[in-house]
Amino acid sequence: MLGSPRYFYTFSSSVLPWLTPIALVTLLAGLVWGLGFAPSDYQQGNSYRIIFIHVPASSGALMGYMALGVAGLVAVVWRMKMAEVMLKAIAPFGAALAAISLVTGALWGKPTWGTYWQWDARMTSMLILLFMYVGVIALQNVIRDPRQAARAAGLLAMVGVINVIIVKYSVEWVQTLHQGSTLKLFGESTINPAMKYPLLISMLGLWLLYAVNVLMRARTEVMWRERRSKWVAKLVTRPEKGEQ
Amino acid sequence: MAFESFADFLAMGKHGFYVWSAYGISAFLIIASMVLALRGQGQVRQTLARQQRRAELDAEVNDESRT
Amino acid sequence: MNPVRKQRLLLVLAVLVGLAIAVGLMFYALRQNINLFYTPQQVASGEAPLNTQMRVGGLVEAGSVVRNEETLDVSFDITDGKGSFTVHYQGILPDLFREGQGIVANGTLISRERFEAEEVLAKHDETYMPPEVQDALEKAGHPGAQKSSE
Repeated sequence: MLGSPRYFYTFSSSVLPWLTPIALVTLLAGLVWGLGFAPSDYQQGNSYRIIFIHVPASSGALMGYMALGVAGLVAVVWRMKMAEVMLKAIAPFGAALAAISLVTGALWGKPTWGTYWQWDARMTSMLILLFMYVGVIALQNVIRDPRQAARAAGLLAMVGVINVIIVKYSVEWVQTLHQGSTLKLFGESTINPAMKYPLLISMLGLWLLYAVNVLMRARTEVMWRERRSKWVAKLVTRPEKGEQ
Repeated sequence: MAFESFADFLAMGKHGFYVWSAYGISAFLIIASMVLALRGQGQVRQTLARQQRRAELDAEVNDESRT
Repeated sequence: MNPVRKQRLLLVLAVLVGLAIAVGLMFYALRQNINLFYTPQQVASGEAPLNTQMRVGGLVEAGSVVRNEETLDVSFDITDGKGSFTVHYQGILPDLFREGQGIVANGTLISRERFEAEEVLAKHDETYMPPEVQDALEKAGHPGAQKSSE
């Protein structure tokens, strides 16, 4: 059902009005809690508070790229239009998050490690992730025909998934300056609950905001691709209720 | 509150520069991406509305020239 | 699934698996270059080259830090339990530098026992807790707080 552009448009119209405020409130709540109310760290003092944006942004960038890879696979193999739309909608916010991860990581590294940047496996592969995002966006802008552009970008998106795996496991496979993961999917996390909850909340908030951004961009793309259809023509002359 | 005063909060120990520039740059990038997404939607809508109006005008002109 | 899609899917998967294997092999072959630093064990075993610019990493051994207040000269032993050597450094150490802490030093290995560092970075682990919790752990004789990055 979500494969139909028209259905997607109506569906997202009903989701965005409540998802947007929930995302913003969750993110702000997590950040205010983390910045102002969570206790300081026994070793790092207050510089550790960068974690509340660094970890959500990094995990969002990685998850976004996995989603981009899946959209790429569907776009290349099944040639589904919505997958092509998603390929275009997922990339920009992911690129922003990857950039945030690198910048906040550098600003956290200086006071704790003593350096903004080292070419260790984690940081280098994260930089490659940003380039991958930029590559996917650039391919879509350079190739005129949207369907061909989607196929090329889809292939690059799939190839880049290998790099996502390297980012994730680099800290376990080779010696890096960067420490291991704080939040573990399995097993106990090594972060005190008073710091873990604000982290989880800001993470959820940023992920939801990512979803909002993707829905907004996908709607624009759907509208443009379906511009010759009757339902878009009707929408343009008579905006639906609650829209500008 | 984990801090004694608002000044303490801004100082973040002695790491205020790092913490606040990290959050400042993050806020800028997130807000920029949201604004661009919103603006793109408006632009496409406007372009389509303009095209449609022109098509309707053309149709009217054609009708008049036929009579 | 229709045959055309099936073929496309198989082709894409074959390319991806091939590429993943290629990257994996490259990663394995270049493992030592991808590692940011040599461990004390590698220094002891002779795996780490002498007189070359490189990085070493390990834990600062308790009680081994010797400072000269006037010249900012500092020396300390680093270990990973399988080897140990002395690092000499002149300059300001990062805030997180302390005994038991993981560090990464950039410099040259003069001998198997002596490393001259130009830069010392602190590694930190993924443990975060409030100072009061750490104090309580220490009082209880829990080694958790002192246990630092690997």
